[in-house]
Amino acid sequence: MGAVAAKLEKKQYQHGDVIMEVRNLTKYFPVRLSFIQSLKTDKPPVLKAVDNVSFDVYKGEVLGIVGESGCGKTTLARTILRLTDATSGSVALEDVDIMKLNPIEMKNLRRKMQVIFQDPYESMNPRMDVQTIISEPLRIQGIASTVHQARDVVASVLADVEMIPPEEYMSRYPHELSGGQRQRVAVARALALDPDFIVADEPVSMLDVSIRGEVLNLMLNLSREKGVTFVYITHDLATARHICDRIAVMYLGKIVEMGTAEEVIRNPLHPYTTALIGAVFVPDPTHRGISEVLKGEIPSPVNPPSGCHLHPRCPYAMDICREAEPSFLQYEGTHQAACHRAEKARG
Amino acid sequence: MALLEVRDLKMYYRTLRGHVRAVDSVSFDIERGKALGIAGESGCGKSSMATAVLRLLPTNGEYHGGTIMMDGEDILHMPEEAFRQNVRWSKISMVFQGAMNALNPVHRVGEQIVEAILQHEEMSHEAAVERAESLLDLVGINPKRFGEYPHEFSGGMKQRAVIAMSLACHPSLIIADEPTTALDVMVQAQILKAMAELRAELDLSMMLITHDLSVIAQTCDSIAVMYAGKIVEYGSVFDVYGKPVHPYAMGLVESFPNIHAERSAVRSLPGFPPNLLAPPSGCRFHPRCPLADEECMQTEPAFREVGNSGHMAACHKAEIVQQGVDIWAQ
Repeated sequence: MGAVAAKLEKKQYQHGDVIMEVRNLTKYFPVRLSFIQSLKTDKPPVLKAVDNVSFDVYKGEVLGIVGESGCGKTTLARTILRLTDATSGSVALEDVDIMKLNPIEMKNLRRKMQVIFQDPYESMNPRMDVQTIISEPLRIQGIASTVHQARDVVASVLADVEMIPPEEYMSRYPHELSGGQRQRVAVARALALDPDFIVADEPVSMLDVSIRGEVLNLMLNLSREKGVTFVYITHDLATARHICDRIAVMYLGKIVEMGTAEEVIRNPLHPYTTALIGAVFVPDPTHRGISEVLKGEIPSPVNPPSGCHLHPRCPYAMDICREAEPSFLQYEGTHQAACHRAEKARG
Repeated sequence: MALLEVRDLKMYYRTLRGHVRAVDSVSFDIERGKALGIAGESGCGKSSMATAVLRLLPTNGEYHGGTIMMDGEDILHMPEEAFRQNVRWSKISMVFQGAMNALNPVHRVGEQIVEAILQHEEMSHEAAVERAESLLDLVGINPKRFGEYPHEFSGGMKQRAVIAMSLACHPSLIIADEPTTALDVMVQAQILKAMAELRAELDLSMMLITHDLSVIAQTCDSIAVMYAGKIVEYGSVFDVYGKPVHPYAMGLVESFPNIHAERSAVRSLPGFPPNLLAPPSGCRFHPRCPLADEECMQTEPAFREVGNSGHMAACHKAEIVQQGVDIWAQ
């Protein structure tokens, strides 16, 4: 891979360094109104998909962002990759604020940040074979001008995703691959530029459970062996618990709890996290019990409830929860949460 | 006598390249008031089995033998008109996959339930409206929302409305095909809890089709694991989850992460299911099985009782798996 690899200069990291710093990130979408409605209102409503979110991502970790559909996790993923522009706030990758880059600088920086999408059936051009799909980022970045030049890189990333021997898969088309193999090709494509940072948006939710493990373990191994940082966006707390180092739980555009997977799962501080854990079914008939989950469904992010967004569904809601938004505080270890009740209990 | 007895059922799809053996010699029972879970990867024939039991085959589907008995009556060979009148929906109803899209968007939710009632029972429109309202109430929807359209309902409420519709004619068996797959975890828990309560209240039997073994573990009494059109293991959930004897069932059970367990690598089953146009010889699982030998490649294993009574499996190596060796350890 020699010459090609040399073009991708890399920064050396220590374990535990911050690779991405997200500060007060906010993404609002305008809500379209009818003409009559727009005459009646002077302040047009907005959908607060991501609302003032701050966190760090450490080099080489797998960070899980967990939440129900509509909680803003996919918008968060797209915004930190600048696939969509933020309303306000900053995202710094290796101390470079990506919100301020011009398109050319942004294109160069994209070598370092890649993405794996949810649906391996939709995210690949059915008319391209595997080597063309995987070498496309190299050609776009001007690292290789033909598929042939990129062949060594393609072979090496295919081997990285355990598609061995690579030659056997290179000239196949997506329809000749199983779902799990396709998603591994998607991982290989993300790896082709040797990035430091990969966002995986629900990478296994379209796959059969029996093959989810192979894609998830692949991500875990890549983070351990190559030091690639993963942000794993998912609604599935059970897989997050097993592959993530840290977990952030989102509800209505905000991170309500964050900590190591152990801290969040074993000792949840936020009632929403507790309910989310309770709603996960255990594959064991001797431990039955569908626990009392929260009532109702996630409210509209256009008009979120006042104070703590969870209060209408929260079994422990107090007066203060309706009035004031809880602050995101540090608890034991690296554990953080935004909950008045937890704050009170801590004293 | 069990409520539903399926014996040797074969349902193939006719294609230009031959028959796709989606349901191939399948036998199982559903007892009155009990729930059977049908599990397997996509393409294993589990949804085909549901359509086969309800006689809702697509035009290229064909029965190639077997019987389906309900209450001692052969419902597979009765005339279509009699089946439509007396069995479908009135005795066996179905909650379809992606139920949110099963509702007609231009009709009021309540009227759609009324329509289902009037199709099968002689009664006045007013009486049907009354029953539809009580059904909505039963599944936890305020009957005042009778006149709303599907787009005014959330995903979970649409699913509840579809369940209400399936209960419209007091069936004794409900076939639920992936009833909660498209829903969020929290809503899934709400729906499955409501279904469990309804089943207890109305003494309903259920056939729950899902790829999610944790849902079956929490809601069903027995389980049938399907692979490539065949049931490979069948028994009470306690037997099958506790002591699986078929390598496939064992791998499937283990590939489900348990959120309360210690952190560990997520297991997976290497390979993918075979093409049902030309299934592998012998045991259909042999190309993916770590224990496969000459015998597995040549002879199809018999479906036989292993371990506890009623615990059945089709595997030559069942005795090896039973010894508790971790056959999937790499």
